[in-house]
Amino acid sequence: MITGPALLLALLEGTVGAAVLALTALGLSLVFGVMRVINIAHGEFVMLGAVVAWWCSADLLDAHPLLGFVVALAVAPLVVGAIAIAADWLVLRRIAYDPERTIVATMGLLYILQQGVLMGYGPDARPLDPPIYFRVQFPWFGYSGYKLIVAGLALLLLGATWLLLSRTRIGLYMRATRLDSETAQAFGVPVKRVYATVFALGAMLAALSGVLIAPIRGAHYLMGADPLLLSFIVVIVGGLGNLRGTLLAAACIGIGEGMISVLFSPTLSKIIATLLVAAVLVIRPGGLARSTAT
Amino acid sequence: MRVRSQSTPRGLSRRQILAATGAVAGLQLAKPFIVTARAAEDTLKIGLEAHRTGIGAAYGLWYERTSTAAVKVINAMGGIGGRPVELIVEDDATDAKRGTEVMEKFANEHKVDFVFGPLFGNVVGAVAVRAGELKLPLFVVSEGSELAAGDFNRYVFQTGITNVRSQVTAISPWVIRNVGKKVTMIIPDYIFGYNHRDFFSETAKAQGGEVDAVIAIPPTETSFTKYFSQIPAGTDAIYHVMVGPGVLTFVRELGEFFGDKGPKLFGFIDSLEAVDIGAPGLEFLEGSHLWEAFPRYLSGLDTENAKFYRGAVGIDENGASVGDPKEVSTNSHMFGCWETLFSIKEAVEASGYKGPADKQKLVEAIEATTGYDEGKGHPQGKKQFIGKAHQMFGPQFISEVKGGKLNVVHTTSIEDGLYEPKADYTKQSL
Repeated sequence: MITGPALLLALLEGTVGAAVLALTALGLSLVFGVMRVINIAHGEFVMLGAVVAWWCSADLLDAHPLLGFVVALAVAPLVVGAIAIAADWLVLRRIAYDPERTIVATMGLLYILQQGVLMGYGPDARPLDPPIYFRVQFPWFGYSGYKLIVAGLALLLLGATWLLLSRTRIGLYMRATRLDSETAQAFGVPVKRVYATVFALGAMLAALSGVLIAPIRGAHYLMGADPLLLSFIVVIVGGLGNLRGTLLAAACIGIGEGMISVLFSPTLSKIIATLLVAAVLVIRPGGLARSTAT
Repeated sequence: MRVRSQSTPRGLSRRQILAATGAVAGLQLAKPFIVTARAAEDTLKIGLEAHRTGIGAAYGLWYERTSTAAVKVINAMGGIGGRPVELIVEDDATDAKRGTEVMEKFANEHKVDFVFGPLFGNVVGAVAVRAGELKLPLFVVSEGSELAAGDFNRYVFQTGITNVRSQVTAISPWVIRNVGKKVTMIIPDYIFGYNHRDFFSETAKAQGGEVDAVIAIPPTETSFTKYFSQIPAGTDAIYHVMVGPGVLTFVRELGEFFGDKGPKLFGFIDSLEAVDIGAPGLEFLEGSHLWEAFPRYLSGLDTENAKFYRGAVGIDENGASVGDPKEVSTNSHMFGCWETLFSIKEAVEASGYKGPADKQKLVEAIEATTGYDEGKGHPQGKKQFIGKAHQMFGPQFISEVKGGKLNVVHTTSIEDGLYEPKADYTKQSL
């Protein structure tokens, strides 16, 4: 049943999914690349972003949803980034960023954040009104205008992150630490501060994607699981810590998932994505984009 | 300057004082429990296994509120069999494994007389088995059709709510006649959805309709547009029933997809339980129809008993929390908790149940029940009870969305939803 309209829908769903996924996965990839920390709590930062967005637009400012959304775009990364810095200082630094212990530690962080939100915010899935609501009517079906805006904003944020990494001093520090943290330290790069910044930046990217998807999916304390799984798939397929590979993999997996979901079945797309991870791990353990590593 | 572990003038170390303070504080904290334990000898303990967290959380919240309100009313009426009722709530996280652990906790730690409350089919299936093993009477407040099909055991009852098979049997002639003949079903991908698929496909065929396509969506799904491309082009009507945290997203995306041009819609209120029908993005529902078990708006069932129930639970005439008009209840399900507790009251009083030793008398008393009259304890209406199948049958409502509200347009009789259940639990040993 592969028809033109279905293909268009698949492309739309895939592009929106890929843009948001790229934003989330970039954070995870950055943290792994620079710090060698596998952050199991990454999905919870997405959830926190969505919860803060709900808090800003429905609770704090019961005005126009657009105002709440704009405030959330500023507040959520700050709040979540602060939590990440605290986690880095209280936990990760104490265990010397040991790769195995950080897995357990971030798993603990996952439960603390999830259960903390459950206690404070509650178990409900709370809806948010989209900041801008309009429907794009195609001849065969309609599509949410807000979803298209989400894709655009996610691409803008990705571009901004790219500029930060490639054009600023802190970006230079991050890249230097990623390549060789000891040499970087010898050249005067404040590695500890870079670690804290990177962990915060990763969390902020996740939080931003949480703010973006909250008006589509609402805010719910268990919503972190899905983005975590997909981000992991993207990061593994793209090559652990390889940023360009991450973006490439996010585009492939996001659009591929959208296509297969729409044209065949969403379950099949999850199966294929998981098989792809297995295949990449067996055939190209360094990730698909290994040869073009940055 | 820091002083290290200095003794106080009376010769006590700081550590000893701390320990003593801790012990006193501990006693203070334990006091209420010690008193309760003593007072509890005469109370009837009923355990509510609630979906407080997990994907059924919206239901769990209201199940707990409704049950607390019902227990308050029952206690004000003099309790059950003259004994005060104590409600003990445990969260099963809408999880089957956790559900069975909660059953054990109720049986061994709280030592409750009865348990009620599980709703989601995955949990019900697991805890029903455990209830039989523990011989602990369990009243499910779930619409699963497995009980009446004979899949459970003699200790499981459904006295507060009808099952999907009965609901679908009652409403499908109306749906085929008024909504459309070629129907696409969108269902959650687990036993509850399969009940809908199987029974609606069967009854639709008998009415001259046909099911065009069945789209099963996992209840944990958060994004739905991708499923809608599977809806066949020539379909007349969409029959939707979704559950889980994504229900509002589901209806919103359905609206975005079709606008006001799509096939006609008929849904089970499950797709919109705890969701405000007036929320932005739901305008397309105008004119569509929904099944309800207990009308959300007072206008749909404006009786003294319904008013009494709404007042006690704390919902307004729009079915939202009295304190917060945005907090919409799960009214088509939670009344089942209320009616279940009153059915327990009737069974205990009829059987002369005094404690777990009288369990068998209680089971037999419920099996001898033929129905419940409408009243304060059964505000949804008169009920018929088929004792051997442990299953209750009641009326159903079909409502139209009009002006962002639900208006009841059709009420089915008990007979419309009645079918001959396969189960005969009276043949099982106690």
